[in-house]
Amino acid sequence: MSVPTNLHYTAEHEWLDQTAGTATVGITLYAADALGDVVFVKLPDLGSEISAGGVCGELESTKSLSDLYAPVSGKVVETNQAAVDNPALINQDPYGAGWLFKVEVASVGELLTAAQYQAQIA
Amino acid sequence: MQTPLHHHHVALNAQLTDFAGWQMPLKYGSETTEHCTVRRDVGLFDLSHMGEIYVSGEQAVEFLNFALVSDISKVKVGKAKYTMICDPSGGAIDDLVVYRLGEKDFMVVANASNANTVAAELTHRAHGFAVSVIDRSLDTGLVAIQGPNAKTKLAKFVSMEIIDELKNYSCIETEIDSIPILLARTGYTGEDGFEIFASVDQIAKIWELFIAQQITPIGLAARDTLRLEAGMPLYGHELNLEITPIHAGLSRIVAFDKPDFIGKTALVELSSKIDRKLIGIELETRRIARAGLNLLDESGQVVGQVTSGAFSPTLGKSIAMAYLNSNIDLATAKISVDIRGNIEAAKVVTLPFYRREA
Repeated sequence: MSVPTNLHYTAEHEWLDQTAGTATVGITLYAADALGDVVFVKLPDLGSEISAGGVCGELESTKSLSDLYAPVSGKVVETNQAAVDNPALINQDPYGAGWLFKVEVASVGELLTAAQYQAQIA
Repeated sequence: MQTPLHHHHVALNAQLTDFAGWQMPLKYGSETTEHCTVRRDVGLFDLSHMGEIYVSGEQAVEFLNFALVSDISKVKVGKAKYTMICDPSGGAIDDLVVYRLGEKDFMVVANASNANTVAAELTHRAHGFAVSVIDRSLDTGLVAIQGPNAKTKLAKFVSMEIIDELKNYSCIETEIDSIPILLARTGYTGEDGFEIFASVDQIAKIWELFIAQQITPIGLAARDTLRLEAGMPLYGHELNLEITPIHAGLSRIVAFDKPDFIGKTALVELSSKIDRKLIGIELETRRIARAGLNLLDESGQVVGQVTSGAFSPTLGKSIAMAYLNSNIDLATAKISVDIRGNIEAAKVVTLPFYRREA
């Protein structure tokens, strides 16, 4: 399974599109496939501060429940209500319409490059 | 263990899971899509892991009437009956479907997880009866086609005359492509459908014929959500040795007027003082109320436990079955489920959650 080369990743299978400014966060296709059909998503509250490496939400599928980890520290400035209302978007298009939230990056946590993440899931 | 269709599941890229010691397909793609395919069209299931135990002989009816809770003498040749085998305290050893193949010939279908136990228990209970009990689970393959279009697909292989004659919970010995089969109009999805028993050597050919008819294979994940929507119990969840058919709301399958059967005394006694009953709930949240979670009343007291929960693809809601203490008044009680500390409101609903249009 190939991963988009323009994104940054966490070991817990989140992606983010940039490491400064307002970054968009989601979960990877690998994670979405492993979870199975997502039926419930809890995102961090709008305006809340999240902390890199900390739990900031949850994803529940038919099979299991997974925590969502913050890839960076910062303030949540937008959440994807479409994904909350229709979590199938996360399975169908995890790098696009299934994005989860946007965060104003204050500092980054331990991130992986696309190559490193690719190696982790290989 | 692997079913005779294992190589097909692997070739279809199924995600495999262990189920009662069998490597079974959990899903082939999206479990939600598989579920909806069965509700809307038709799906194909490998159920070769299930147990088939043959009971034959002069006293077959008397024996089954002693060993099982239902009145088997009322099951006509060519008909099937959903029933249970209970222990002396009334606890469910397994839920079963009994097919009457002849005046003195029956096939008892047991859950995969209990097949050995049921075969052993039937053998044990047969002492003193003029019957033979033969476990043919490993010689028998089983596939099911389920869904509103199951009949149309089956008609490619079996005459419409036979299909129309075959009412719900009936069975007939016939053939598909010259392969001898037992064809039954039974299932575990809440849809019209058929179960097809054939020898392990020939079941793959039947599967291939259905696949060639573009019938979508369906894994155990969707089978579970389908049966949950249909309000059907799953052994190990709604049923176990601590639960009687009365608790499970299945008093109707117990023939209290039979002379004697194993579990009768306990079941008769229980029927008037039941302490908990099986209910259906719908949640306001999309979170899943999984098995083992507590039901709470308004004051936060634990008043029951969830046995199965899922997000229902058909209803677009989180649903669950649960045991609720009998002293709770359903008319006034406000029930919630404790989901990892989140107290989620639950509405008690009549089972099943889903019933197909007649």
